[in-house]
Amino acid sequence: MTLVEVRRNPVGIRPRAVVVGVTAVVATVVVSVFSLGTGDFPIAPADVVATLFGAGNPAHEFIINELRLPRLIVAILVGAALAAGGAVFQSLVRNPLGSPDMLGVTNGASTAALVVVILGGSDLQLSVAAIAGGMAATLLIQLIAGRALHGFRFILVGVGMAAILTGISGYLLTRGQQMENARALLWLTGSLDGRSWTQAVPLLVVLGAVLPFLVLACGPGLRILEMGDDAASALGVPVSLLRNGALLAAALLVSFGAAAAGPVAFVALIAPHLAKRLTRAPGPNLLPSIAVGALLLSGADFIAQHALDDRALPVGVVTGLVGGAYLVWLLTTERRAGRI
Amino acid sequence: MALATILVLSVGFGARFLSPGEVWAGLTDPASDYYRIVHEMRLPRTLLGLMVGMALGLAGAMMQALTRNPLADPGLLGINAGASAAVASAAVFFGIGTFFGYVWFALAGAAVVTALVYAVGGGRSATPARLALAGAALNATLYSYVSATLLSDTQAIDKVKFWTAGSLASADFETVELLLPFFLSGLLAGLLVARPLNALSLGDDAARALGANPTVIRVAVIVAVTLLCGSATAACGPIVFVGLLIPHLVRPITGPDLRWMLPYTAVLAPVLLLGADVLGRILGSPGELQVGTVTAVLGGPLFLYLVRAAK
Repeated sequence: MTLVEVRRNPVGIRPRAVVVGVTAVVATVVVSVFSLGTGDFPIAPADVVATLFGAGNPAHEFIINELRLPRLIVAILVGAALAAGGAVFQSLVRNPLGSPDMLGVTNGASTAALVVVILGGSDLQLSVAAIAGGMAATLLIQLIAGRALHGFRFILVGVGMAAILTGISGYLLTRGQQMENARALLWLTGSLDGRSWTQAVPLLVVLGAVLPFLVLACGPGLRILEMGDDAASALGVPVSLLRNGALLAAALLVSFGAAAAGPVAFVALIAPHLAKRLTRAPGPNLLPSIAVGALLLSGADFIAQHALDDRALPVGVVTGLVGGAYLVWLLTTERRAGRI
Repeated sequence: MALATILVLSVGFGARFLSPGEVWAGLTDPASDYYRIVHEMRLPRTLLGLMVGMALGLAGAMMQALTRNPLADPGLLGINAGASAAVASAAVFFGIGTFFGYVWFALAGAAVVTALVYAVGGGRSATPARLALAGAALNATLYSYVSATLLSDTQAIDKVKFWTAGSLASADFETVELLLPFFLSGLLAGLLVARPLNALSLGDDAARALGANPTVIRVAVIVAVTLLCGSATAACGPIVFVGLLIPHLVRPITGPDLRWMLPYTAVLAPVLLLGADVLGRILGSPGELQVGTVTAVLGGPLFLYLVRAAK
């Protein structure tokens, strides 16, 4: 990373990052085609592609466009939203474990959603509550951690908040009846069953609004911020403004993602970390992370739907299992390298 | 004194409030109207709270000394969650529903996570924040595993839902009796290890010079913590913050010497736990709030305050 290289490449685009991003996108497309073609009524990949471009027969069009495509789109969008949120959080706290799942944001969404489930609210109310809960938890953490938002203090406040909210969630679960608890646990695990354009459209709008802000306005600043607050402010980065703006934007993405599919475990933790290892680039690696997140969740949902012959699993079970294994591996290797 | 008061209060509060005098009558006089209430419902619950509180407090104090980390807590670091995950597996895959069935699974789960946490937190590079984050990550994994396992079995959800929130409500004398051997051996190991653990807090070399074997001490502490947390969690579910807060409240009184800290912790931790349990019964009446919820809601802000005060 010498000065010469910087001059040769003034825009700062790294070929390796581009390769990773493009590969992940291509892999997502391949997974998507297979995912759309598999099910009780199998459709050949060529027919899937033809149908997507509007040249399929009516039966295929109905199955793909009405039944399978909405679920796939929600999976991709939720994966992208969680990954982008996770990337910003990990960059802000400068720790690969600092994902919104650990720092109370997801717990806020879960607790609020549980209240709605116990009161017997509709799916729409549940989604709204999840978004409000996630944002409320984030604001509270921001408030308690203080204006400076030191990485260290932010982590501890977030972990404490997560523990408090877990306690409250446990109480809420004991209040529910058997059926409500089954619904609550399914939601808490994260599931894409029966997702339709109703969930996809709001996600698309939020991603469309927040992602450009994060990538264009915050991305370069976040990369400099990883060198330390002092260095960043010396280089003219408005540290406090950038932190708060990026944090709220990331929390918004995570909350909307959780509202659409439940707090799917570990996508926000793994996708950015995996992307970073692959690109070997500093900074939040937003675009590669998003591509990897979309690939992870659409792939996990494909496995969840077809791994067992007799029934489909909630996607959160698959990401949880994969994530748990990844976490243990991460804890051992990163510790040895002294990064955790 | 505080402990005696809270013991009487814990026996006294409930669906029918008993005054301290009535509590005494119920304890000693078999002819009293309150004999059955006190002996069959309130007393086992209070004894269980006493043991669980002591166990969590001592485990917290020992973990903090072992990892040299002021924020170590069996709940925050995922040890209790490890026991929970093992118990959930026991309930769903083996249909086990009794304490004696749970406890072996809980001990195994607690042992695995304690070892893992120690592997992560024992390193020289581990700061409190990093350790807390690693613990939070383990917690998140294990709880997502718990809800995923329970999802496959609605019967099991009903069976363990109170348990996963951390509750003393299911206490009876049988549970108390079964918990006792695990608790006592953990307690004994903890008290025996206090002096050498003091030496270890000066560093491995100093400990060796003082005649202690660091490896043996570490293993002994991990065994003690596993016994205490695993059996406590098997009895009443995961409870956070007790193991974190009490040593912090005790340290300014006694100084860092574990030979003083551990007894004080053993007295004060049940005060907190039983106090939270009584509060849960008052606030939640006619039903009750689970003690795990009360400690989380009460202890959480205290934790946040400690974080802010620590700078």
